[in-house]
Amino acid sequence: MPGNFVVSVSPHLRAPMDTARAMRLVVLSLLPTALASAYRFGPHSVGVMVTAVMACVLTEGWCNRLFGKPLTITDGSAVVTGLLFAFTLPPTTPFWMVAVGGFLAILVVKELFGGLGFNIFNPALAARAILLASWPVALTTWMKPVNSLVSLDAVTTATQLSLLKEAHRAAVAVPQTYGYLDLLLGNVPGSLGETCKITLLAGAVVLLAYKVIDWRIPLSFIGAVALLSLPFGRDPLAAVLSGGVILGACFMATDLVTSPSTRNGKLIFGAGCGLLTSLTRSYGGFPEGVCYSILFMNCLTPLIDKYVQPRTFGARKQEARAS
Amino acid sequence: MTVLRTFRGGVHPPDHKDQTAGKAIERVALPARVFIPLAQHLGVPCEPVVKVGDEVAEGQLIGDAKAAVSSPVHASIPGIVAAIEEHPHPAAPFPVRAIVIERRNDVAPLAWDGRADWSARSPRDLLAAIRAAGVVGLGGAAFPTHIKLAPPPPAKVDTLIVNGVECEPYLTSDHRLMLERPLEVVEGIRIMLRVLDLRQAYIGIEANKPDAIEVMQRHAADPALWGGASVQVVPLKVKYPQGAEKQLIGAITGRAVPSGGLPFQIGVVVQNVGTAVAICDAVVRGKPLIERVVTVAGSVVKEPRNLAVRIGTPFSQVLECAGGLVATDQPLKVIMGGPMMGLAQHTLAVPVVKGTSGILVLEERQVPKALPCVKCGSCVDICPMGLMPNRLAYFSSRGDFAECEVHHVRDCIECGACTYVCFSRLPIVHLVKYAKASLVKPKKT
Repeated sequence: MPGNFVVSVSPHLRAPMDTARAMRLVVLSLLPTALASAYRFGPHSVGVMVTAVMACVLTEGWCNRLFGKPLTITDGSAVVTGLLFAFTLPPTTPFWMVAVGGFLAILVVKELFGGLGFNIFNPALAARAILLASWPVALTTWMKPVNSLVSLDAVTTATQLSLLKEAHRAAVAVPQTYGYLDLLLGNVPGSLGETCKITLLAGAVVLLAYKVIDWRIPLSFIGAVALLSLPFGRDPLAAVLSGGVILGACFMATDLVTSPSTRNGKLIFGAGCGLLTSLTRSYGGFPEGVCYSILFMNCLTPLIDKYVQPRTFGARKQEARAS
Repeated sequence: MTVLRTFRGGVHPPDHKDQTAGKAIERVALPARVFIPLAQHLGVPCEPVVKVGDEVAEGQLIGDAKAAVSSPVHASIPGIVAAIEEHPHPAAPFPVRAIVIERRNDVAPLAWDGRADWSARSPRDLLAAIRAAGVVGLGGAAFPTHIKLAPPPPAKVDTLIVNGVECEPYLTSDHRLMLERPLEVVEGIRIMLRVLDLRQAYIGIEANKPDAIEVMQRHAADPALWGGASVQVVPLKVKYPQGAEKQLIGAITGRAVPSGGLPFQIGVVVQNVGTAVAICDAVVRGKPLIERVVTVAGSVVKEPRNLAVRIGTPFSQVLECAGGLVATDQPLKVIMGGPMMGLAQHTLAVPVVKGTSGILVLEERQVPKALPCVKCGSCVDICPMGLMPNRLAYFSSRGDFAECEVHHVRDCIECGACTYVCFSRLPIVHLVKYAKASLVKPKKT
């Protein structure tokens, strides 16, 4: 009989899902959208995605070395950040800009805060916000879908939301230029990963099935946008299918590190994102509000986690919550 | 299709019960030597009432304590007291004083087939018999049963729940007891009802044991067995930790045990099905707690099975009765209990004690490496006590135990569900135990 045994504290079993596996599933769930994007926007789109992922992974590897930490690029989170960052950009974004964005996303927004698990802001969205502030023209130049994997044409055009914003400023009405089917299938201009709603939703279903993301944030985010579209005078279905709501609600707001960890906290977070998105779209300076609304709610996540706690089983009702 | 009762939260580890669920309980030959620790229960350890060289009979009292919260220990084999010395203990980090008995081969094992009529005995009398037999909770906690069945006034107990859930993976001893000894289960429940002055009990069984549910329902429906009392079988949704006392009470009665409190404060007493059988053995057959059913399982055990083992038998010997271990070059883990809450052992010399529900030997391919918490909230979502395990782990790892207390660390039942699902493989239960230990004020010496 052997005499040397491993001794550790219970439990002695672990569920198969861990961070690395979750990240791989996220990448898998984003691939249909990436492929759709390559078809809708051509080689520009592919170039942006590749540049973004490479910039993020290389930057993280460099940071690990610089800070004397073990290599973390194998956990897959840098790949996810790169891909999601690419998804927020116009397909015609110059590659050097994409590289700068990827570099800043990882170095400044993630690693300088402590790396995985310690960042306050969603790195992909924060990098997009930095780029938008630095190079506003490039980040708001949209191309018409080319529907070809090889075409390098890039005809600029306006998105539905930018048309709505201009019309609002000019106090005129504007017709719905893109139909529901086009919006659903991504035959519209927009950020390279936000347009094809059907592949995004399919990916989200995969993540929900594997319990990588919780249904509460997507539901409350999308629900809030749909509900608030009515008093704000917009068509609910178009509101949900336009811009970055589906991408943001399913893949950005659900970022594990930067969203609340409690059930009710997630509902509040999603609703807050939806509210701010709708307000920005209808009354704010930007045509689209998803990016900033999520970043704003990211700031509130620690507060939400502090004050929105589940009820302990057996707690006395008048007992004060943990403060 | 009825909706099965359940509790909030919980996880679904693979149950691995197919290794032994179909295997009837087997008796093994009496061991040549047993090590009976004087502390096998929650409460004050016993003092020996025999000395080295004494001859002891099977079932003879060998250790007792005057304190209220304690339970006596008995010789599990006939023999001679060879030593009273410290010996490794499966539930203690240091050796514990134990009575070592060498078997006398010329003395035959007892049959314990007496049948005493207890119908005229008072509750007080029955409790004394239960105490004298050294019966403790066999679900794992090993709390002295005679104390649990006599809650202090002004408690008014109106519900008895018998725990046949056995939610830990691999373990099947309670399952087999319900299948093979249902009459003893019935009689044990009747005795408990008499002690508590109640007419009806519930027995909770997880839906992954349909044969046990069927057997118990059949016996529950036969009025001739019950003498006016009755039991309601409650099938429960399969989810870990349904067998945890608070979750079981919540699922069956809808009541919540108050934080820091005990079930009797809300009128409930819970007893394991194995304890019911031990009570029957004690009162009807006069047999003290000298033996219990142990599930021996795990991928490294050659012949997993359910064994009726004498208290004090070393783990090494129990494993030999299960065919020994499969040869492997992977590091091994030996667990007393189930894989979710069981205690990893550092030696096979430890003896089977009253709380040993199972012995598992698993391959430990890789001790998981912890990454920083990614705040996924999986632990919060499944915590059966409604806590925030991620916050508890965070504060404990920073030594901020006061904040752990504010976050209800004392309400943690250490079921391990959080650690099981943790994406970052954080040792949450370990950090919770550390925090709780740090919050205990050191006794003045």
